[in-house]
Amino acid sequence: MRISRNNKSIDKPSQVEVDLSRIDKLIQKYKGKKGNMIPLLQGAQEIFGFLPRKVFEKISLETGLELSEMYGVATFYAQFRMAPVGRHIIKVCHGTACHVQNAKEISEALEEALKIKDGETTRDRFFTLESVACLGCCSLAPVMMIGGQAYGKLTGNESVKIVKTIRIAESN
Amino acid sequence: MTKTTVTVGLGSCGIAAGASKTFQKIKDLKETENIDFELRKTSCIGMCYREPLVEIVDETGTYLYGDINEDRAIEVIEKHINQHDPIREYIVYTDLFDAPENYFIESQVKIVLRNCGYIDPESIEEYEARKGYNAIREIGENKISREAVIQTVLDSGIRGRGGGGFPTGMKWKFANANKSPEKYVICNADEGDPGAFMDRSVLEGDPHSVLEGMIIAGYAIEATQGVIYCRAEYPLAITRLNIAIQQAHQKGYLGVNIFGIEGFNFDIYIKEGAGAFVCGEETALIASIEGERGMPRKRPPFPASSGLWKNPTNINNVETFANIPWIMINGAAAYAVYGTEKSKGTKVFALAGKVKNSGLVEVPMGVTINDVIFRLGGGIKQDKKFKAVQLGGPSGGCIPEYLSDTIVDYDSVNATGAIMGSGGMVVMDETTCMVDVAKFFLDFTRKESCGKCTFCRMGTMRMLEILERITNGKGAEDDLSKLEELAYQIKDNSLCGLGQTAPNPVLTTIKYFRDEYEAHIFHKKCPAKVCRPLLTYTVDEEKCTGCMVCLKNCPAKAITGERKKLHYIDQEICTKCGVCFSKCKFESIVLS
Repeated sequence: MRISRNNKSIDKPSQVEVDLSRIDKLIQKYKGKKGNMIPLLQGAQEIFGFLPRKVFEKISLETGLELSEMYGVATFYAQFRMAPVGRHIIKVCHGTACHVQNAKEISEALEEALKIKDGETTRDRFFTLESVACLGCCSLAPVMMIGGQAYGKLTGNESVKIVKTIRIAESN
Repeated sequence: MTKTTVTVGLGSCGIAAGASKTFQKIKDLKETENIDFELRKTSCIGMCYREPLVEIVDETGTYLYGDINEDRAIEVIEKHINQHDPIREYIVYTDLFDAPENYFIESQVKIVLRNCGYIDPESIEEYEARKGYNAIREIGENKISREAVIQTVLDSGIRGRGGGGFPTGMKWKFANANKSPEKYVICNADEGDPGAFMDRSVLEGDPHSVLEGMIIAGYAIEATQGVIYCRAEYPLAITRLNIAIQQAHQKGYLGVNIFGIEGFNFDIYIKEGAGAFVCGEETALIASIEGERGMPRKRPPFPASSGLWKNPTNINNVETFANIPWIMINGAAAYAVYGTEKSKGTKVFALAGKVKNSGLVEVPMGVTINDVIFRLGGGIKQDKKFKAVQLGGPSGGCIPEYLSDTIVDYDSVNATGAIMGSGGMVVMDETTCMVDVAKFFLDFTRKESCGKCTFCRMGTMRMLEILERITNGKGAEDDLSKLEELAYQIKDNSLCGLGQTAPNPVLTTIKYFRDEYEAHIFHKKCPAKVCRPLLTYTVDEEKCTGCMVCLKNCPAKAITGERKKLHYIDQEICTKCGVCFSKCKFESIVLS
């Protein structure tokens, strides 16, 4: 679970081009089923990486779900994003075990190195920095996770080094 | 001669520590060099602090190797398998001689974790080989009545392991009493407490035990559908649950007329949570499954009479369900042997924080906190001074060192002001600031409050502001009484467990560590040296060599001085970031 809620401001319609036909199957699968709102949104986010405004409109039109209710649900749960994210999401764990072992230092070092704040994405859309509450690897505290790979027993400097290595490896 | 087996622990913790690489290395070795042994996977063994773990069982005995990276894996395979010469120094547990972690393994009582670390969680056959699905099969074969099943659960004395501690048998009884053509069994796997990972380990390590527990509950209350509400943050658990459900289908353990019980139609599906702590509360969880915002509803009606889609619903936690098959096979009396008068059985704790052996432990109820931390946990990291232990996550509290002979059962823990919770146990030492910890939890609950009740929504915000003021050195004399007043108001005026317990971390830290709060408020000092605005960095005149490292690294340019001359930190400009302190090689920056 994410500690800090993401920026929930919705994108401007012209800003992002999305291929809406990609969610046709998803809509077919859940249309008319009870309790379908969260799976629909989860599925759409899986496809696009975030929830563009047009997706809300399409789902609402085709399933009859209320836009207001969908927005209510999307803003309630930490999982949903309303803005595009970077290629890599850096999840810095702020669970209790990490907190008492100075997870703050990791977040601050990364914020400074990437020049973004918690929850933001770098300009080149390479990294998104997030705080999460507990990745469940408490014995390795403090921990961060990038693309399913967990890095444990970190210091601020080490975390910056890992991120830099990823960037260098992919820029070449 | 039995065939030698090599088993690698591939739980989330193990994988994070590099167990996948170790597994791959061993697999490559086996194939390229054509070595004769059976390679197996298992999940969490509980000894997270020694991951990656590799267990070798050969004709001489069982050997568990710890901290096995790729290089060591080569070494172990070469020496142990090829030369039959176990490497003693890497062995952490064995049944043959005294190894460093023998105590850790032998002093636990494994009921919930009976299969974790033994079986391949992706194999239903391995689960069945350890009496899996025997409990429900016996119910079918012997035509044991619903009432008898419920009575066994009641007699075992098991109480809900999610934190509330409500007797599980009672819950089932109520749900059974309400008749309806549609009934539900829900497994609460929305383990949101930061610092708790018991349920994750059970789901990853032994998913079938949870399914079997749910099927038994389904039979007992005449349910038609089971739902597992699992955190989306546990991808591995979800994958393994899906595999388990599929296997159960293939075997006919889910579906129509299962286990030969006429008319017992039961199926299970997984519902992924979307990240909201409040969904651990049962009515909020139901709202979330129904596709709405996860906001708690008023009780009564309780879910047992009107739950999911307004049908009778029984909700239990992962650990509770994992207990059920064991109780059915071994009987209520065997279970009730463990524990105290009012808290029966065992409890799994996720031991983390500043403790040497962090990991998963299962102990009978009634052992003392000291036992868990010092005997199983091996004491405090770097042998620092033990200060407190946090039980129950954001709803719990901090138990101070002088109460560490408190026994773990629901009632004794409640008496301290903390709660048993789901079993997260985070150990804190002298370098942990208790005001900061209280602030941390309140910040968490404030963000996770669903916003329905004003006292929870606004009250936690106001409390957080006061705590921030205190940790920034701007605390006022009456702040403590204001905190306490707000805390009781929030407890009294919130609908659900989140609000009713949110102030617990603050109340318990004020109760046991009032002096720390007072040091912050009156002396503007943080005794644990954590709250930055209350710290001062100065240069030790004796030790400073004038190397200019701190000066160059200071982001605020608060340090002045020349080469080989004493440096000086301007307190007005200093932002207390601590860079100079970590960069100085001569320990000449003094923190006070």
